[in-house]
Amino acid sequence: MATILLFAPLVGALIAGFGWRIISETGAQVVATALLFLSCLLSWWVFLSFDGETYTTSLFTWIESGTLFTDWAIRIDRLTAIMLIVITTVSALVHLYSFGYMAHDDNFKEGESYRPRFFAYLSFFTFAMLMLVTADNLLQLFFGWEGVGVASYLLIGFYYRKPSAGAAAIKAFIVNRVGDFGFLLGIFAIFWMTDSIQFDVILPMGAEFAEMTINFLGMELNAANTIGILLFIGAMGKSAQLFLHTWLPDAMEGPTPVSALIHAATMVTAGVFLVCRMSPLLEYAPAATNFIIVIGALTAFVAATIGLVQNDIKRVIAYSTMSQLGYMFVAAGVGVYSVAMFHLLTHAFFKAMLFLGAGSVIHAMHHEQDMRNYGGLRTKIPYTFGAMLIGTLAITGVGIPTTYFGFAGFFSKDAVVESAFAFGGDLGQFAFWALIVAAVFTSFYSWRLMFLTFFGAPRGNKHTHEHAHESPWTMLAPLGVLALGSVLAGAVWYNSFFGHTDSVARFFGVPYAEEGAHGAEGEHAEAADAGHGAEGAIEEIVTTEAEGEHHYVFTGAPGEGAIHAAPDNHVLNDAHAVPYWVKWSPFFAMVLGFAVAFWFYIVNPALPKQLAANQRPLYLFLLNKWYFDEIYDFALVRPARWLGRTLWKGGDGAVIDGGINGLALGIIPFFNRLAGRAQSGYIFTYAFAMVMGIVVLVTWVTLSVGG
Amino acid sequence: MPLLSIVTFLPIVAAVILGVFLRGDDAAAQLNAKRLALAATTATFLISLALLVEFDPADTGFQLVEEREWLFGFTYKLGVDGISVLFVLLTTFLMPITIASCWGVTHRVKEYMIALLVLETLMLGVFVALDMVLFYLFFEAGLIPMFLIIGIWGGKDRIYAAFKFFLYTFLGSVLMLVAMIAMFVEAGSTDIPTLLAHQFDAGPLSLMGWQIAGGMQTLLWLAFFASFAVKMPMWPVHTWLPDAHVQAPTAGSVVLAAILLKMGGYGFLRFSLPMFPVASDILAPLVLWLSVIAIIYTSLVALVQEDMKKLIAYSSVAHMGFVTMGIFAANQNGVDGAIFQMISHGFISGALFLCVGVIYDRMHTRDIDAYGGLVVRMPAYAAIFMLFTMANVGLPGTSGFVGEFLTLIGVFQVNTWVGSLAATGVILSAGYALWLYRRVVFGDLIKESLKSVTDMTGREKAIFAPLVVMTILLGVYPSLVTDMIGPSVEALVSRYDIAVAAHGADTMIAANN
Repeated sequence: MATILLFAPLVGALIAGFGWRIISETGAQVVATALLFLSCLLSWWVFLSFDGETYTTSLFTWIESGTLFTDWAIRIDRLTAIMLIVITTVSALVHLYSFGYMAHDDNFKEGESYRPRFFAYLSFFTFAMLMLVTADNLLQLFFGWEGVGVASYLLIGFYYRKPSAGAAAIKAFIVNRVGDFGFLLGIFAIFWMTDSIQFDVILPMGAEFAEMTINFLGMELNAANTIGILLFIGAMGKSAQLFLHTWLPDAMEGPTPVSALIHAATMVTAGVFLVCRMSPLLEYAPAATNFIIVIGALTAFVAATIGLVQNDIKRVIAYSTMSQLGYMFVAAGVGVYSVAMFHLLTHAFFKAMLFLGAGSVIHAMHHEQDMRNYGGLRTKIPYTFGAMLIGTLAITGVGIPTTYFGFAGFFSKDAVVESAFAFGGDLGQFAFWALIVAAVFTSFYSWRLMFLTFFGAPRGNKHTHEHAHESPWTMLAPLGVLALGSVLAGAVWYNSFFGHTDSVARFFGVPYAEEGAHGAEGEHAEAADAGHGAEGAIEEIVTTEAEGEHHYVFTGAPGEGAIHAAPDNHVLNDAHAVPYWVKWSPFFAMVLGFAVAFWFYIVNPALPKQLAANQRPLYLFLLNKWYFDEIYDFALVRPARWLGRTLWKGGDGAVIDGGINGLALGIIPFFNRLAGRAQSGYIFTYAFAMVMGIVVLVTWVTLSVGG
Repeated sequence: MPLLSIVTFLPIVAAVILGVFLRGDDAAAQLNAKRLALAATTATFLISLALLVEFDPADTGFQLVEEREWLFGFTYKLGVDGISVLFVLLTTFLMPITIASCWGVTHRVKEYMIALLVLETLMLGVFVALDMVLFYLFFEAGLIPMFLIIGIWGGKDRIYAAFKFFLYTFLGSVLMLVAMIAMFVEAGSTDIPTLLAHQFDAGPLSLMGWQIAGGMQTLLWLAFFASFAVKMPMWPVHTWLPDAHVQAPTAGSVVLAAILLKMGGYGFLRFSLPMFPVASDILAPLVLWLSVIAIIYTSLVALVQEDMKKLIAYSSVAHMGFVTMGIFAANQNGVDGAIFQMISHGFISGALFLCVGVIYDRMHTRDIDAYGGLVVRMPAYAAIFMLFTMANVGLPGTSGFVGEFLTLIGVFQVNTWVGSLAATGVILSAGYALWLYRRVVFGDLIKESLKSVTDMTGREKAIFAPLVVMTILLGVYPSLVTDMIGPSVEALVSRYDIAVAAHGADTMIAANN
């Protein structure tokens, strides 16, 4: 079952990629798509029938050397199951959508076949992503990690004629490799400490890492924190977190379905998945989780500021993705991994829809992507408008706080914000306010996008506007399905991800105990908690909550269940008890952002231009994305090339060759004369020298033996 | 049945037949020469497959040993163990591919085939020789056909390249020869298994006022190091390689990168590490740091190359840095990884040079700027080049990853600085490899000269097919290799550890007295 689920996309990719000449281009597209729908169906079946017990199927040995042992394996637990439905659902819909979107493309000439290749890449990507989430060891996870990187590289560079696409593809791969560098060091460190990289072995050792020290680069460091930070550097690359984010906006060079699948819903969330997967370790790595919170919160904020002023419709959504990923990391960093996964799930639906909707707009507008040339498209493409509206309502988090009425993003985003607040301390406050400000900006740029695109008077090329047309059903149907998810996903799964501890624990297969009876029947929990002195803290929380309900706590040892909460981690409980103003603050942020956008782009459309002119330095700073690209180019790319050139001409040329030539100055004329005489003269000289060597050896040996 | 002798000498027998019986230089004769060479190398490969059946990986000693009296009281002794057996197979596997790749050559074809066949015998001899004199003969003699290949069928600066090659190698060899004589004097034998069992003196030694830790072992180690380091090649004695590659014909480059470079690594594993463990232990930091410098330095240099072959040559030096690093990490992961990396690099670098050959045959230039947008007219080529580019970058799922990963994880346990700095190679290799690929294959095809370029022929695809299969197969199921080498490497490493520990104990006792 799981095996079919996993390999169906690979088979699809191979058939589409190599067999399309036999089964025709359309045949290839149909096969790849059909296999993905099969995979999707099986994923839902796995997800819905999953009972909380982790199970692993080993396929065959991969790398084995001494004590290092890894299998190709399929490991299914709740985290994996969630990722399965996210990946295969979005992927299947994107495959279907691509039938319409990729039907005609001006980047290719008449008669060039690009569609089978596109579908093959999409299916291959899906396979790699599935390998990533079903890994039972860090190395297979890394295989998937790099596999999706390659698929991303190939798809960003899909329009190979465009130089900008080639540049963006390389950039994506290399920036990701910088993250992978950290990830690899993390794997090495784990193996060094534990002699294993199997999840079954390392996850239960979570608490023990905190006791170990690792001698890293001449420093004695805490193993848990070091490993946590190294692995998170990997996650920063893949999930486009601040400092390693510069590739994501450029990745929009790829076809729009790719942006929806890879650069919004699935691949970029791999970092979040990794952090949640390693929760048994990170729970005991306070420095690492604090680092995650800081980076996540900064990313959410910085990306949102840049999103305010971008004009390319896809780039706005790209920065929005980056910002939302920051939210997920904050949730993971404060220790509420279920909420990180919750936001990952809902975000996958509404962000994929926003991208596919944007693709539909771009399709309608003949590949025009500049929003300044849009306007008034509401009536031309009503279905797309409807879908985008739902997506916007979802991402801005529309809903009524403290009730169960709202769009998907409302539930998950509020959960993140409340968790950040509940984390407390200066860091919690910082993250909370960063996320609230980011929420205002999110609401602003999302509505700005809507107003610029669908409202007001048509701008730009008149001809394009006259020919704007609604997309075919293959593109609209996926929008419909995703719209359903964007509306309902939050309400349906709220209790499983962010309900009371017992329902979350049941969902993720984590052992739990009723708080009151904790001491009596929680023998097992006692053992796990022993030595952490956390009992008192938990008791305290429970007594402060006076709602009269039963209260539960996670009691599993590290590695039990899909996620882990340390005994002193009570953020999930606290998050439900935050003050009312905290619960309402995302709502006000959303309304504020909407109001400003409404005022700027509907009521008084001249205002934004004036503001940009008045605040020119700030505007340029944001428009140029905080100048990250320029700084990196100046500080890293140029020096590397300069260094390469210097080492080549100076090091290899002048010093090494020069030195050796100098040494040999006496010999060169001699050989030159030989070379002049016979072209290959010194080859025989060489042979002669060798023979002489043998003679010397033989003589020596004979003499010694004789003597 | 003397299996190893048959495998080793079959190619040279074919070379003799070619030399004696083939007359004329017309097209028919040329085709016959190529066919005979292909048949001989293929037969050698098929026979060498019997090694897989005969060889027992669990036995860590030498197997299939043949021993005969020979000239001047020397012994002719062949045999393989887990460390050498796969190099034999790598060589026999790659030679038919190499021969097939020069189907288009028309200049002195008979001699070319003879040179390649002789070269095969000499290379195989290096890996199977169990007598030091025999090893030395094969090791040094192998350079002669290589010289001829570069010197006769090479590019326009072949004289300079060959001269450089000569100078480097000659100096190294002289020192190795001296060391071999010294070893014979001390151990009284040139038999490699005997020498492996012999404990070379590692007591401190005073030479011209210099106190030398590790004494005799250190001196011998350094002498061998001079030869093997040039051969690898290690930084800073690597500069002959880019020049040699640029001047060599495609087949020459393939053999040079895929097989000849491995002799240095094999030498370290056969001589330096097991025979001079104390010296290896003392000097390992030197090798590790030289390796790291090689990885970073040559990767940076590769980044700015304008000649395709030079770029790949520099990337070879970087990859060989992983090999030396893994060997002198001296633990199971490191040595396993080093051997794996050598095997895998044989397929990948060979394929990359063949990739250059494919377009060089069409356009007669290796200048990167002369290309661009090849994907438009050469989709099959683009796909194959992509695969090997990714393998070169060390993508998991290709064989390139396994060796890199194992050597890194091995060395990380020895020295985190070295491990971490070497790991930057994963970033840099992506940089130069993808940059090359982008400039050659991606972009629009606008250069007038490329407008009529044709995609790969059936013959060319057939040449790449086995390399594609091996690269992916070893990437997905590397146990094919690690099962063969594992026990021998384990024995090697444990002997090494015991020797180093024993020496440490001796020194302690000496100090206490």
